[in-house]
Amino acid sequence: MAIRKLYGTLGSPDTIRALASIFEHELDFEFIPIDLNAGEHKTESFLSLSPFGLVPVYQDDGLTLFESRAIMRFITHYYLKPGTELVYEVPKLQGIAATWIDVEDHQFSPPAEKLRQELVDKAKKGLPMDKEVVAEAEAKLIKVLDVYEERLTHSKYLGGDRFTSADLTHLPYLYHLMGTPVKQLFEERPNVSTWCKDILSRPCWSRVVEMVEKDKV
Amino acid sequence: MATPVKVYGPPMSTAVSRVLACLYEKNVEFELISINMSKGEHKKPEFLKLQPFGQVPAFEDESISIFESRAICRYICDKYADKGNKGLYGTNPLAKASIDQWIEAEGQSFNPPSSTLVFQLAFAPRMNIKQDKVVIRQNEEKLSKVLDIYEKRLGEARFLAGDEFSLADLSHLPNTQYLVSGTDKGNLFTSRENVGRWWDEISSRDSWKKVVDLQKGA
Repeated sequence: MAIRKLYGTLGSPDTIRALASIFEHELDFEFIPIDLNAGEHKTESFLSLSPFGLVPVYQDDGLTLFESRAIMRFITHYYLKPGTELVYEVPKLQGIAATWIDVEDHQFSPPAEKLRQELVDKAKKGLPMDKEVVAEAEAKLIKVLDVYEERLTHSKYLGGDRFTSADLTHLPYLYHLMGTPVKQLFEERPNVSTWCKDILSRPCWSRVVEMVEKDKV
Repeated sequence: MATPVKVYGPPMSTAVSRVLACLYEKNVEFELISINMSKGEHKKPEFLKLQPFGQVPAFEDESISIFESRAICRYICDKYADKGNKGLYGTNPLAKASIDQWIEAEGQSFNPPSSTLVFQLAFAPRMNIKQDKVVIRQNEEKLSKVLDIYEKRLGEARFLAGDEFSLADLSHLPNTQYLVSGTDKGNLFTSRENVGRWWDEISSRDSWKKVVDLQKGA
């Protein structure tokens, strides 16, 4: 029986955030798909793991965790890989990296999620997008990307001089939005563009993408 | 002697008061530099250097300049681990994980409806902004559903992340304070047995009482 389990849905950005963290740390695990369309996330047994009915859920060493960024933080601190840690040990450096995790959480992802729903989800279902919602979300994303452009002038990665969770946490939405016209917003900002290309080309991320793409077939 | 850390922002801001609560819990001396938002001080270049999104709070100590209230709280707990409440952010990765989970739940599920209600019911009238009754009703419904989940959780554990008060509970203090003391929606909390018990316990901590005093004096 696997000691590590991830319950999730490959179409969910939060699930693939957790997968990215698991792959980066080369952890063995079992993936248990949860069928949201069939309402599996609302069953008593799932709610006993994830009280808000949210995917993903991660189990490890007797711990059951929901919320992908909490899962990500746990993995980065529990499975430190000397030399390639996705976290800094020194409070001064980790304080900065942690700030940018929260920026992704509270500034970047809300408009990114709206755009994903309008431009990716609705397209899949053959539904028309709401142009006003898209315009508003794009305007918010532009403000965030301008801040990122400035930040990346002083720092190779968002969290500091090396790739950390502060960058990893952005991968799911970058993956989705790069397949839409919104990609232009990233490409027209040189530092943001370089950073995107760098983190999206990480081998561990390619393994996540492979897993997601296989599932679509 | 260490220089006091600096927090920038008005104490009545929920995000600023989240940081102040953490500083009091950790017995870390601070200087509060008020930012007059009605005069647009948070949008001026000097402030944007500290917080590029033009939001409060911003934070500085002798080694670092950061923002985002929950990130600031985590930093304070890491940097000043041996001060004040040592278990506030857990003392091992497993405990920290549970706390992080409920901090995320606060940010993702609790904060959106509760902060909308705080704005509509506590701030909008002061700012002469018309309240939106539909928005109030929708967010009251959302918050009720969240609090039903909290009611169940707080029947299983004394505090959100376990047996001890943590950053996860602390994160909820600012919005709840306004709703319970400053609006007619306090019953959302007080009518639920476990949530009501939990609120009484966390809001009567010395650290939170000091924050409320600071807000009253401002």
